[in-house]
Amino acid sequence: MSLYFLCLILFCVGLYCVLRKRNIIKIIIGLVIIEYAVNLFFILIGYRTHGRAPILSEDQVIQNMVDPLPQAMVLTTIVIGLAVTVVLVSLAIRIYEKYGTFDITKIKRLKG
Amino acid sequence: MKNNAGMTLIVKTITRLTAGLILIYGIYIVLQGHLSPGGGFAGGVIIALCFVQLMLAFGKEEVLKKLSRKKCIFLAGLAALLFLLLALRGFLGSGNAAFKEGHFKLFSAGLIPFCDIAISILVGTGLFVIFLALVLLTEVEE
Amino acid sequence: MELHLILLFMICASIVAVEVKDLISSIISLGAAGLGLCLAFLILKAPNLAISQLVVEILCVVVLIRATINKDLPLVKDGRWFFNTISTFLFIGFFLISAYFALMELPHFGEPIMKAANEYIANSLAKTGSSNIVTAVTLNFRSYDALAETAVLFAAIIGVLAITRKVGRIHEK
Repeated sequence: MSLYFLCLILFCVGLYCVLRKRNIIKIIIGLVIIEYAVNLFFILIGYRTHGRAPILSEDQVIQNMVDPLPQAMVLTTIVIGLAVTVVLVSLAIRIYEKYGTFDITKIKRLKG
Repeated sequence: MKNNAGMTLIVKTITRLTAGLILIYGIYIVLQGHLSPGGGFAGGVIIALCFVQLMLAFGKEEVLKKLSRKKCIFLAGLAALLFLLLALRGFLGSGNAAFKEGHFKLFSAGLIPFCDIAISILVGTGLFVIFLALVLLTEVEE
Repeated sequence: MELHLILLFMICASIVAVEVKDLISSIISLGAAGLGLCLAFLILKAPNLAISQLVVEILCVVVLIRATINKDLPLVKDGRWFFNTISTFLFIGFFLISAYFALMELPHFGEPIMKAANEYIANSLAKTGSSNIVTAVTLNFRSYDALAETAVLFAAIIGVLAITRKVGRIHEK
């Protein structure tokens, strides 16, 4: 129970960074921290005490395994998180070339 | 970034030794996806990291001579199309399509090794193209 | 016990990443948080995820270092700074309190309800022939998820190539 709570505190650290920082790179760092916290929460739910990794072996019969379904889902999520981060970084580089600053309070011109 | 000619001599010597090992390790993780931890996605990212290391150490001119951007984009599209064709096999009926016998062997588990290979080529070349476009800001011709 | 220590290490590393003024230092401590996550995956018996998380985090750090061109901006206390900070903390407090009541409904840590997963574990070797159950679920039982994921990755590649294009739009006179 306390493990779930620590995981949600990590989520809140990332959320504070997204809400209160002015630099675009800091906002991207906050989003990456949120993604780490959510992946960890999924794997914490599927853990069985004294369980084994979900890989069958040739000479043993394994009775208790941890849950393999959240692991399959998080495997997809990690790669998609990388794709989102890379697109955000390319947007940030483009904004720096056009406006000369990373400050989000100065990026106000709507005309492209 | 100032890398017109790459990095110093120490980095280049170490890269000559380790880049081939990283590539072989990535291919090993892809091929044993159904026997031990790993799979197509992790192996594809390791292959992309091998190319990234070569580009960071030797500069972009040397690497682009061997593996130009057009070839990489072509390979990524080809691998995506191959994976789509493998996925459409599910419309033709149930049961394994290839490698029906053998447990715990390298040539087993039906279509899973082919799917792993297609995914690893797509992820590897795709991430390398992204790295080219972002980090070195080479312009994309129309 | 070890999980509590690793989670505390991750929280400290992410607080450092959020607050430090130098951007390269904050990206390196983000890398430390990712390493802590990889160790947590190993302790929670998920070796597939540990490999993927480690290599993806390496690539993420390399790409982020490219984007740090100058330093972080100083803290400016103008406008409604006080109100913004207080309302953020109030929202986070409210979120944590309601999360506490929601977490009471979950099963205890270490006793999952594995209804669908028991079917997959029992039939994996007979139906697919693969001994890595996570790969069998990803690429055989639920393989259309993998197809959609490659589509998302492809869209990201096309998006990055379109954003960093040199030729702009044609201006009409």
